[in-house]
Amino acid sequence: MKTVAFVTMLIAGGIAFAQDARPGGSTAASIENGKRLFTRDGCWECHGYAAQGGRDGARLADTALSVAQLTRYVRKPSGAMPAYIDKVMTDQELADIWAYLKSMPAPKAAKDIPLLSELKGQ
Amino acid sequence: MAKASGTKKQAVGRRGFLKRAAAGAAAALAVKPGPALAQPQTEAARPAAPPASARQLALETSTPPPRADVYTTDRPGADFMVDVLKSLNFDYIFANPGSSFRGLQESFINYGKNTKPEWITCCHEESSVAMAHGYYKIEGKPILCMAHGTVGLQHASMAIYNAYADRVPVYLILGNEQEIAFRRSDVEWAHSVQDAAAMVRDYTKWDDSPLSLGHFAESAVRAYKVMMTPPMEPVVICANGGLQEEPMPDEDRHTLRIPKLVIPSPPTGDANAVMEAAKMLVAADNPVIVAGRVARTPNAIPLLVELAETLQAAVIDRKFRMNFPSRHPLFNTAAAPQDLSRVVAAADVVLGLEVPDFWNATHAMTPINRMGMTSRPITKAGAKLITITAGDLFSRSNYQDFGRYSEVDLAIAADAEATLPSLIEACKRLMTPDRKRIAEDRRRKLADEHKRVRDRDFDLAAAGWDASPITTARLSAELYNVIRKEDWSFVSDTTFISWWPLRLWDFDKHYQFIGGHGAYGVGYQAPAAVGAALANKKYGRISVNIQCDGDLNYAPGVLWTAAHHKIPLLTVMHNNRGYHQEHMFLQDMASRAGRGIENTGVGVDLTEPNINYAMLAKAYGMYSSGPIENPKDLGPAIKAALDVVKKGEPALVDVVTQPR
Repeated sequence: MKTVAFVTMLIAGGIAFAQDARPGGSTAASIENGKRLFTRDGCWECHGYAAQGGRDGARLADTALSVAQLTRYVRKPSGAMPAYIDKVMTDQELADIWAYLKSMPAPKAAKDIPLLSELKGQ
Repeated sequence: MAKASGTKKQAVGRRGFLKRAAAGAAAALAVKPGPALAQPQTEAARPAAPPASARQLALETSTPPPRADVYTTDRPGADFMVDVLKSLNFDYIFANPGSSFRGLQESFINYGKNTKPEWITCCHEESSVAMAHGYYKIEGKPILCMAHGTVGLQHASMAIYNAYADRVPVYLILGNEQEIAFRRSDVEWAHSVQDAAAMVRDYTKWDDSPLSLGHFAESAVRAYKVMMTPPMEPVVICANGGLQEEPMPDEDRHTLRIPKLVIPSPPTGDANAVMEAAKMLVAADNPVIVAGRVARTPNAIPLLVELAETLQAAVIDRKFRMNFPSRHPLFNTAAAPQDLSRVVAAADVVLGLEVPDFWNATHAMTPINRMGMTSRPITKAGAKLITITAGDLFSRSNYQDFGRYSEVDLAIAADAEATLPSLIEACKRLMTPDRKRIAEDRRRKLADEHKRVRDRDFDLAAAGWDASPITTARLSAELYNVIRKEDWSFVSDTTFISWWPLRLWDFDKHYQFIGGHGAYGVGYQAPAAVGAALANKKYGRISVNIQCDGDLNYAPGVLWTAAHHKIPLLTVMHNNRGYHQEHMFLQDMASRAGRGIENTGVGVDLTEPNINYAMLAKAYGMYSSGPIENPKDLGPAIKAALDVVKKGEPALVDVVTQPR
């Protein structure tokens, strides 16, 4: 069974998050290519079509990871995520996927969704 | 009841008749006429004293052919078999028809008046047994299933294995013609078998192939007793065709009887061992309870709550049964493996109650994305492990659902639910004011942790809220919103929907959750839901099933069974258009091999064309709607379907969903 591996990296990465800015290559084309690769390479299988996360993969929409952290994790995951070697997914492709994830809106909070608020408060 | 009655002369046992016929005594019976004598003759044409032909002379003086025109009997053997099976108080028979048990079927529906048990028409033997699986988990009563001893059992076998692994009793009657002389065609030869139960003997608890009606009575009652003694498992009785269809032998009519059934009390833990367990638990700084298949009856829930509250111990539910209220502050869903590991790792005493994979609950293994295999305990050094399980009282070798050997400190071979009262009592006696104060401190921390996990889960549920395909979190939330004010029962597993119902809903009644397959044999869920819904029907409960698409495609005819028998069941499709678990496994394998994963949809995707489950349900005579892709349409669609279900009919809403 797979685990939510990216969470580990989020913790391990810590302070580095704030130091990474969106790379200059984050163009509309790279975002579009990232979206294509997100589907082609099966990221959605564990992380969901909307990168919302789930049982087997962490939430990635509007990721807090830097592209370097994402790449490092994908190459050598600490959890049960399949490891993608460069031959399968290049650094540039990962950068495009990262750009796509970064372009996604941050998920709403449960408190901002009336139905979830109601169910939680019952 | 079983006392044989009636002694009309036309009833003749087949073996007895053949014996008498051979001896010439059958002259009193109608002997099948030869072709010549069978020709119609008029009075005028008939001579007053016709000369005997050579053929007639031969008939008069030689042994008649071993055939007779005995067309009827007032008491086929199957009637007595029905008496026996009725005495076991089954509510229903789940079966699709099979010629090898036609005698029994006829006796059930006519002689038995199709009541207690009532015949429920199934479209696949796997569905019959899986329906029985689901029914038991709600009602706590086994179902009688019938199947051919050959092809029917072959269909049923996976569902039997699921029930076996899930410790669920199912009572199987297999039709079989053991007497070769009675196999009238190649079909009956193909449907006959020397040892019918052999195929499933590795995953049933007991079987027999009775040779007489008296033998049938005794074995049928024994099978029920064996089946209902923990650990409960499926049993098999073979019903010979001749015993069913031929008249009850004259000599049996006044002697046959049905043995009295007494169900043994479940085995409870040895008093000394229970006291030892209590000492370890009370002395622990952080005891943790892992609940497996502990709840056999509704009584187990308050008992487990009482034990947990006495100790103020976290309860990890392995999701096999409705064991513990989901909103209780001591409940830890352990939805993700790391949650389980974290809780177990912090424990100094772990109590496993009917946990089939206790080793797995206390160890970590090399994940699938790496080569090789190592494992290590996740418990801290010095932590004590205790198990209470009836699984220690029964083992089979071939099928290995028993998991790895657990090196525990105290193993109590007993039924956990039956042992809980004495364990609670022992713990209460040992609780000193000092231990109570420590326990109260622990309760506060565990309640905080429960709240933290719940807050986290609701935030995770919010992610992708408006996405299409629809998230399983939103599907679960929308469904709960519609049913939560009803008396609902969730009759499906949560494994493939990220356990969302267990994370978002409020479960506190024994019938609100039935756990999963047992052996993860796909094809279980849809029929188990129908069986569970049938059990709920008489209580007026709203049964709801979040149905995986891959599972439904194994034997969708169960939708017709639900429609035909007016079984109220709200099915909401988790239509992710594929066998998604296998999709991920292929992704794992492709990544391990350093290859791209563009091809991992081959053999697992259910697309091109997409399957329209609303149309499928409609074809089976069921109300349906969808496929729904816009999450805003989901709530109203479920509400409309619920209105149908509340009128006593099944309904299905097809929802196109995210993978998990």
